[in-house]
Amino acid sequence: MREIRYREALREALMEEMERDGTVFLMGEEVGHYEGAYKVSQGLLAQFGEQRVIDTPIAEAGFAGIGVGAAMTGLRPIIEFMTWNFSFVAFDQIISNAAKIHQMSGGKLTCPMVFRGPNGAAKQVAAQHSHSVDPFYTNIPGLYVVMPATPRDAKGLLKTSIRNDDPVVFLEGETLYNLKGEVPEEDEDELIPLGVARVAREGDGCTVVAWGRPFHNAMEAAEILAKDGIELEVVDPRTLRPLDTDAIVRSVKKTNRCVVVHEHWPYGGPGAEIVDVVQREAFDYLDAPVERVAAWDVPMPYASNLEELVLPTTERVLEAVRAVSYR
Amino acid sequence: MQPGRAEKRWMYETMLLSRRYEEAIEKIYLEGKQPRFDMAAGPIPGEMHLSNGQEPCAVGVIAHLEAHDTVTATHRPHHQAIAKGVDLKEMTAEIFGKKAGLSGGRGGHMHLLDPRVNFVCSGIIAQGLGPALGAALSRTMQGKPGVAVAFIGEGAVNQGAFHETMNLAALWNLPLIVVVEDNAWGISVSKKDSTAVERNHVRAAAYGIPGHFVPDNDPIAIYDVAGEAIARARRGEGPTLIEIETDRLAGHFMGDAEQYRPEGEKDALFARDPIPRLRDQMLAAGELSAEDVASIDAAVARRIDEAVAFARESPYPEPSDALEHAFHPVT
Repeated sequence: MREIRYREALREALMEEMERDGTVFLMGEEVGHYEGAYKVSQGLLAQFGEQRVIDTPIAEAGFAGIGVGAAMTGLRPIIEFMTWNFSFVAFDQIISNAAKIHQMSGGKLTCPMVFRGPNGAAKQVAAQHSHSVDPFYTNIPGLYVVMPATPRDAKGLLKTSIRNDDPVVFLEGETLYNLKGEVPEEDEDELIPLGVARVAREGDGCTVVAWGRPFHNAMEAAEILAKDGIELEVVDPRTLRPLDTDAIVRSVKKTNRCVVVHEHWPYGGPGAEIVDVVQREAFDYLDAPVERVAAWDVPMPYASNLEELVLPTTERVLEAVRAVSYR
Repeated sequence: MQPGRAEKRWMYETMLLSRRYEEAIEKIYLEGKQPRFDMAAGPIPGEMHLSNGQEPCAVGVIAHLEAHDTVTATHRPHHQAIAKGVDLKEMTAEIFGKKAGLSGGRGGHMHLLDPRVNFVCSGIIAQGLGPALGAALSRTMQGKPGVAVAFIGEGAVNQGAFHETMNLAALWNLPLIVVVEDNAWGISVSKKDSTAVERNHVRAAAYGIPGHFVPDNDPIAIYDVAGEAIARARRGEGPTLIEIETDRLAGHFMGDAEQYRPEGEKDALFARDPIPRLRDQMLAAGELSAEDVASIDAAVARRIDEAVAFARESPYPEPSDALEHAFHPVT
């Protein structure tokens, strides 16, 4: 299989879906002439023109609201946030409009749109620019929340998200855009279903549920622990809402141990949700309490050494697995 | 632009329907809620924001709209919904929280949504502006005719969403008309205590678009100004801001003691009630006869009776309906 970068995988998904469906358009800050703050939309303006690749002013609440109105009236907007940190000024439109319209109209109106952009800490951009927003948006019925960790998932899940009839919060990894990985050929049109987890590595020693950037820490930990004879089973939910709880519970029943690894803060969120499901549905199978590896419970500090401490690391995954394995 | 006789009659009849409708709703709303006001009791639960006094804004603007034109309304939407042609029976059932309501009892009176006539509401101040502009963009991108009208109150003008939407509408020259129903009160805070400018239509200058002020809650004057603005939008000449001086004859919501109103204000408002004013003008001009007035009264009463009976007789949603429509069914 060919290898492309995460950023290119996203771009291919946008290109293919915009070619396939004339109602799909991209709107946001810097998406057109600048070709995206992270160059995801490179070449799109040249191919599709200003009608469908729309540069907006710095007005997240404005263009998110426009997206909602366009989605309700027959189009499929893709709203790019330069980063998800800036979505907070558009929170009202995402939560009180996009997520509500279908239900509040008794199913008569639909809001098929994708909000997408980079999520999580980058490198030393400090507290206001380092949010992992997954806990905020997963709490909202009416929103799908998707968070791909690999180029293949980025492409296949974005294509499915664009075709989805409900609004999707699509959380890309700010530090993953350069990541290379295997992706099927362009003509394969791979659609990865929403709400289906991926078992990225099989093992019987301990289940590690991880998504986004720390998924890669989990995979690295699995390599290291294999040398010690501990075989991790790494499960990437990929979609945080709906959450593939069956896949997680199935894995825990096999390994009898579970560590949940995520970049969001430890208070609540999908991390806590997964622990809740595991304790209810696999209680009798657990040989140890479930451990979590999360960001520390503080606003992100700026200093490099502090930032490294706050974010989940491979070392912390190793410690957690050893703790639940009593080794 | 002046309304023809039939249009004028429609405006009068629609204003009256809205007024009588709200009078009926007001009575029903109070059933079971007294002597001690209990918002959760009675056949209509929750909050109730009446639009009586503001009917001229709805009819003067919406007289120019087709079903394919979009209207986004506010938490005070009855007059606009009725003028836009939202089904009165289903709207009433929705307000009662019944299964036969527009949204199956999921929306209530602040969230009347009817895609058949492109009418949506939002209970959040200024939230409808972006979606209205989105609908205008969408029609334009799809090469379909249609304008969008965002109704807001004067309080919404102070929200950030107003500025973002106005700037984008002007920048992209889209067919949007923003109608500010200035009833002088944001709940209990007067406009002069919340707003840096005396009149909000002057803000249009900030976006380089036309801004108009219509004084005196006059449906005919509103018709004139709105007609020009909508025709202009249909010609592709871009957005317009219209500020209308109107009156909120009731409190912000039912149960509001209105102690913030100056002495005598309410009497003055009722003395210039726009509905009898238009009726008397039309009678004097020979555009309505006493028989017309009586037959309009009867027709309006009949429609309201039918709508209320429909709502009362409709069943409540099934328990299982609570789980419907948060997401599309997974196929």
